[in-house]
Amino acid sequence: MSDPSTASIVSTPRPEQPGEIGAPANAGLPESARKEKPRGLLGDAWRDLRRKPLFWISSAFIVLFVLMAAFPSLFSAGDAVNGTLANSLGKPSANAWFGYDVQGRDVYARVIYGARASVVVALLSVVGTMLVGGTMGVIAGYRGGWVDSLLSRIADVFFGLPFVLGAIVILTTFNGSGTSNSKWQIMALVIASLVVLTWPVVMRLMRSSVLATKEADYIVAARALGAGTGRIILKHLLPNCLAPLLVYGTIMVGSFIGAEATLSFLGVGLKSPVVSWGIMISEAQNYIRVAPFLLFFPAAFLVTAVLSFVMLGEAVREALDPKLR
Amino acid sequence: MGRYLLRRLLQLVPVFIGTTFMIYALVWAVPGDPFAGKCGERRCPDQYIAFMTDKYHLDQNIFVQYATYMQNLLKGDFGQTFSGRSINDIIATAYPNTLKLAVVALLIEAGIGLTAGVLTGLRRNGFLDNLVLVSTLFLIALPVFVVGFVLQWLFGVQWQLVKPTVSSEMRFSELIIPGFVLGSASMAYIARVARTSIAENRRADYVRTAIAKGLPMRRVVGVHLLRNSLIPVVTLLGTDLGALMGGAIVTEGIFQINGIGRQVYRSIVTKESATVVSIVVVLVLVYLLMNLVVDLLYAALDPRIRYE
Repeated sequence: MSDPSTASIVSTPRPEQPGEIGAPANAGLPESARKEKPRGLLGDAWRDLRRKPLFWISSAFIVLFVLMAAFPSLFSAGDAVNGTLANSLGKPSANAWFGYDVQGRDVYARVIYGARASVVVALLSVVGTMLVGGTMGVIAGYRGGWVDSLLSRIADVFFGLPFVLGAIVILTTFNGSGTSNSKWQIMALVIASLVVLTWPVVMRLMRSSVLATKEADYIVAARALGAGTGRIILKHLLPNCLAPLLVYGTIMVGSFIGAEATLSFLGVGLKSPVVSWGIMISEAQNYIRVAPFLLFFPAAFLVTAVLSFVMLGEAVREALDPKLR
Repeated sequence: MGRYLLRRLLQLVPVFIGTTFMIYALVWAVPGDPFAGKCGERRCPDQYIAFMTDKYHLDQNIFVQYATYMQNLLKGDFGQTFSGRSINDIIATAYPNTLKLAVVALLIEAGIGLTAGVLTGLRRNGFLDNLVLVSTLFLIALPVFVVGFVLQWLFGVQWQLVKPTVSSEMRFSELIIPGFVLGSASMAYIARVARTSIAENRRADYVRTAIAKGLPMRRVVGVHLLRNSLIPVVTLLGTDLGALMGGAIVTEGIFQINGIGRQVYRSIVTKESATVVSIVVVLVLVYLLMNLVVDLLYAALDPRIRYE
């Protein structure tokens, strides 16, 4: 601390000030001070995350699952859709690591190919929920007044429906037995029902963080400088409200993978010949006494996928929350 | 207090109407013949169609249908299924089973969750703390049907400690496994919330004062600490009871319990529209009222909160 006028300000990390994201704060500082440049909330969180084994383990799994979803043929040369009936209910062996299901299909290949449906549905649903809920939340929090009350009541209507029940009703209405939707239509329907039933949660989250930041000094200053509503929301409000959303989104990917599997399991979500972990578990339940491995392997993949997203979310939350340090 | 209650009850009305109307419209206004497959292999006779159309007011628009349904509902009549069975009957036989399961699940999750939360909140960063953190992570991440199947297979098939499915008598011993499955995720949340809450209040001034006064540790924790830390846990338990009483579709299906969740699923699959709507109405009402009760409980638990 030889030169307190600059060094003491610059070298102290200030995680409790969320207003620093993306601000060019280090412009024009002396060269010596730049090594210890002030980090924003995200920069600080990143430094924290890099030291956590949990973060690296869960990210590695996520990368693996995403690769599996994008290029399943990298992991398995087997056929996921067609089987040989002679192999029906074959035990795990060197030929088929995870055994064969009742139709004689290679369980290992099916588990690998099943990643795609789960990951695609979960990711797209989270993006949709974030967009719908986030927009509603920003509008409700920023405008306030009757707009806020109206949007909050609409959110209450969707919030009052138990999730599984609502999804079953929506999906049997549009995707019941006897309808001939294509694979992509069914996926779109599952995504739509997940978004419709979960956006209120994101909206409430976003609304409360917008309400908390709306009256901050830097927003008042921006408005005094003549910034328009659009600019204030995009440049000042959004970057500062994004942190809780980021955490929630990561955890939500995990729970949506589980939700998709639950719906497929109940027979209202994706349907055979689409390969998905939920469908595999649902098919396995009839053979639970003779071939428990049919249940075990898809369930293990499902649980690992859900766990890695939830753990990543936990790690990010701990890094972003200054109170826990 | 009275005015607050009144305002909250009035706020419930639009939410209730909105939710039930949405379901009503989804179930009844679906494009397609509502009588397809109702009379076996052949087409339904015209007489039957005319009778049913008149009985369920199918020739009127959806708003009139909904209004008529609500009028009957206010008189306490849920209507009849297509085969003429009273829906009041169906709900009356299925609901007690769901309630039993919900209470068992709540007891299990409150018991285990609170114990784990309090123990780890008092002694953080020990072996037990890490164990609880990891196991709660697992319970949160596991979808209910996976937990259900694995436990059913382990206890019912592999070790044969209990019967894999629940008999119609619904004995308490049979309900322990299904109750655990149903409450597993909430148990994890309760443990975590209790842990954070206890750990935060552990450092509060009033705890230090109580210890300084020379009170025994049991009294400090049991009376001073717990009462102040339990508020978020009570919220969680209350909202959860609301969810438990409606969200047991998967658990009841796996363990073949004849409850409201299994009933509503069966009705959806067999397109018994009137039953679906009626059960959803009951579930939504229970859920909304439970949330209200939780908010009122705050004031009882924490004298700092007052509703005027």
